Amino acid sequence: MSTSETGTETPAEPEAPRDELRDGLVARLTELLGDGVVESHVLAGKDVWIRVSAEAWQQTAESLRITMGARYFGFLSAIDWMPSPFGRSLEAEVDTILTPQEKKALPPMTTGYAGGDTRFQVIARVANLSEHWGVTLKVDVGDESPSVPTWTKVFAGAEWHEREAWEMFGIDFVGHPFLRPMYLPGDFEGNPLRKDFPLLARFVKPWPGIVDVEPLPGVADEGDADGAAADGEGASE
Amino acid sequence: MTAISDRRKLAYIAAQAADSRVNVELESDGMTLNIGPQHPATHGTLRIVARLDGEQIISAEPMAGYMHRGYEKLTEVRTYNQVTTLVNRIDWLGSFANEVPWILAAEQLMGVEAPKRAMWIRTILFEMSRVANIILFLGDMAAQLGALTPVFFAFRDREYVLNLIESATGGRFHPNFDRIGGIKDDLPKGWVEDAKAVMDKVRDFCDQIEDLVLGAEVFTARTRGIGVIPPDIAMQYGLSGANARASGIDWDVRRDNNVGLAYPELDWKVWTHPDGDSFARFWVRLQETREATQILDQLLGGIPSGPIMAKVPRIIKVPAGEAYIATENPLGEMGYYVVSKGDLTPFRVKIRSASFNNVSITPWLLRGVYVPDVITILASLYFILGDIDR
Amino acid sequence: MTAITSLLAFHPAYWQQTTIKAILTLVVVPSAAAVIAFVFLFKFVSFMQSRLGPMEAGPHGSLQLLAEAGRFLQKEDLAPADADKRMFRLAPLVVMVSTFLIYVVIPAGPNAIVEDLPTGIYYVLAISSLSVLGVLMAGWASANKYALLGGLRAAGQLIAYELPMMLAVLGVVIQAGSLSMQSIVYAQSGGSIFGWNGIGNPYALTQFVGLAIFLVTVQAELTQTPFDMPVAESELVAGYQVEYTGARFLLFFLAEFSTAFGFSAIAATLFLGGWNVPDAWHVPHALMHFAGPAVLMLKTLILALFIFWARFTFPRLREDQLQKFAWKVLIPIALVNIMATAVLKVVF
Repeated sequence: MSTSETGTETPAEPEAPRDELRDGLVARLTELLGDGVVESHVLAGKDVWIRVSAEAWQQTAESLRITMGARYFGFLSAIDWMPSPFGRSLEAEVDTILTPQEKKALPPMTTGYAGGDTRFQVIARVANLSEHWGVTLKVDVGDESPSVPTWTKVFAGAEWHEREAWEMFGIDFVGHPFLRPMYLPGDFEGNPLRKDFPLLARFVKPWPGIVDVEPLPGVADEGDADGAAADGEGASE
Repeated sequence: MTAISDRRKLAYIAAQAADSRVNVELESDGMTLNIGPQHPATHGTLRIVARLDGEQIISAEPMAGYMHRGYEKLTEVRTYNQVTTLVNRIDWLGSFANEVPWILAAEQLMGVEAPKRAMWIRTILFEMSRVANIILFLGDMAAQLGALTPVFFAFRDREYVLNLIESATGGRFHPNFDRIGGIKDDLPKGWVEDAKAVMDKVRDFCDQIEDLVLGAEVFTARTRGIGVIPPDIAMQYGLSGANARASGIDWDVRRDNNVGLAYPELDWKVWTHPDGDSFARFWVRLQETREATQILDQLLGGIPSGPIMAKVPRIIKVPAGEAYIATENPLGEMGYYVVSKGDLTPFRVKIRSASFNNVSITPWLLRGVYVPDVITILASLYFILGDIDR
Repeated sequence: MTAITSLLAFHPAYWQQTTIKAILTLVVVPSAAAVIAFVFLFKFVSFMQSRLGPMEAGPHGSLQLLAEAGRFLQKEDLAPADADKRMFRLAPLVVMVSTFLIYVVIPAGPNAIVEDLPTGIYYVLAISSLSVLGVLMAGWASANKYALLGGLRAAGQLIAYELPMMLAVLGVVIQAGSLSMQSIVYAQSGGSIFGWNGIGNPYALTQFVGLAIFLVTVQAELTQTPFDMPVAESELVAGYQVEYTGARFLLFFLAEFSTAFGFSAIAATLFLGGWNVPDAWHVPHALMHFAGPAVLMLKTLILALFIFWARFTFPRLREDQLQKFAWKVLIPIALVNIMATAVLKVVF
């Protein structure tokens, strides 16, 4: 199957190519929100990302659900764009505490599709089941005390998702009926999915390195496209 | 089968909500009952804190997290193939199905497409995991309601499917078979014939269950009109899979938003039911199992020949980008939102699991419900704790 | 032969008779439970569920119950901290006592009955209501919400199903003209159907409605599926019995299965002719002293088959559906049955 336009085809609409549909979605949302739409990105044939401003976040939900008919709630979560100061902890064949590695400078923080200005972004996905489209929404939330309005008044199902995002990232959802922990015990301190929260398991027992690599079926030792030495990981292949 | 009219559905819901309001207004303190976390009816360690008035629930709050393993954090320090091992364990009853959307998302980011044979075999194993998973549900829901015999038949017939999966992948419960660009190994000799025979057995089992369970008036009396979910509420909460289709929502990711699997070339049907009650959810899943065996017959009849793996580099560094792929897993719609920075490991993975949304509706759904009906409703929603908690 | 005749000529004093009978009853009740449990709970249900059941202890697992009894007896004697200790300990005894008292009027032969009370069947129905008391005591004294819910459900259910049971039995009593169990047996073996006495007059034929209702109510009295809300395994995890372990749980277990056997035996006596075979078969009366128990056992097992077959097939009814069934379905049918019996008895 080719990559671009037949990949996600449905028999329901043979005449409109996907990216026209998605461009149309962006245009419609911009029309409804005006300045609320900050940026957007359409991956032709695949998906569309729209970044809105925090002030317009609740209105986005209403426009999508009520006006544009995207009544299906997919999920709501967050992304922490800061690169992890602990590295990938994949290269640790040695005990990092005994022989500390020299601290590499953190790569600069970059954000993904549809851009972003802050460290935290809340993402949400809604879909219109009858017209067969879905859209991913992003919103920047502040760095010091991240907060964004709640979606629970529009999508009742967002209640649990916002609880989880609050618990894992520390993002406050203004207007949520009852923000309380979802998974973690009541006395847990910290927000685990933030990048500066370490994965404690890797500190308790360092990763022994990649010890088992299975050869690809039928492929011997061809020269690979991305060399193993390119990023200094300690394991031997 | 007669459909419950919308007016009656709303009347039922309103009556139950009114009941619970009255109880609160009368300030009857009621009793707080913990259902779980150790309880045969919750499929795993789910705890529901229910405030009861007599046998009626005033408020019910599910507390998940007893099985939270921190998957989303764990994926940040693992390579893509290692994450495949990890995600097997989210929905452990239909385990191959968890790998598929993950691998498809990674393939979309890499711009790689699996060869046709690999795609077909992926679809075959995907449907088999659906059959294995839902067979258990069919027996288990009867067991929750008190009929002890169907669950034994379910386990017996599920063994055949698990044996097939094991002979192809090496693992009954955690196959870990999908790879970026294709699958790990080819099928063993004679597997296709065995699989066709097993599909006949599964169809026999479905007929048996229909006789034994659906034929018992007690079952119908216990499930009709219990736990009605109107379609709009279902969509607000993101209910998916058979739960949504039992409320009349005609949506199946395999037909409407298919990526990377062989469904467009097959001839099959999506089953819906207008009622939205527990009976509908059971019935839809029964028909889906039968439909899955038909799909498998078609798939097994025409596996194309060819390579099972596309050309991918030895060390997989997925280019920067974001992708969200969802598939119609046995429990519902499961999706992975993968953020990659061009590294060996993903940058952030959001696992959209079906059971999380399916269970989030229970506080709304369980108001005013009797305690025995709680068990029926939970059994019919069919969640797996690994899916809720990740 | 002389041994047998001398045995038959053995007429002990009344107190000796009573002692022997009491001891026999104490032996029979647990053995009956064991037989029922082995045949139906282990082997029959395994056959239904395409598995083998216990096979290790003894040939084909026949001594499994002995092993289970031993296991229960050697457990620690626990009671919940908040439990009302005296009630907690008394509850299984109350249930057990009511079970033993049922066996007083079950005839297993011409003389093999502890006491042929003139109000036999009425006595059985009255005594079996005692077990409700035991269940309530267990539910309350366990200091556990699940147990309380189970106990309350059980009380409501058991009381509700007493009525249809009594009404179902009333038809038999009208036909037999007596409440005493032995008289009912003789009435069936000596009776005739429209003048043909080939198989006597087993009341199962004319009182088929009564038999059906009786079996259903027995199912409910034993809190078996589809009426096992009080001990709903997947919800309340054994309901009112949840806090009982070891020997006390063994008492509940034995009580349940002994009562199952007892009620099946009573049903066999009321509807199938009990220990007797039809008079027309001209079996010597003396033989029935020995063959009676065997005949009764056979008939009992047949009826118990239906009880346990239903137990392992159906899902359970919800409590309100259960009550509706008793009050709105069973009682009217039973009343119609009685009226029809009374009319037909006078007419024929």
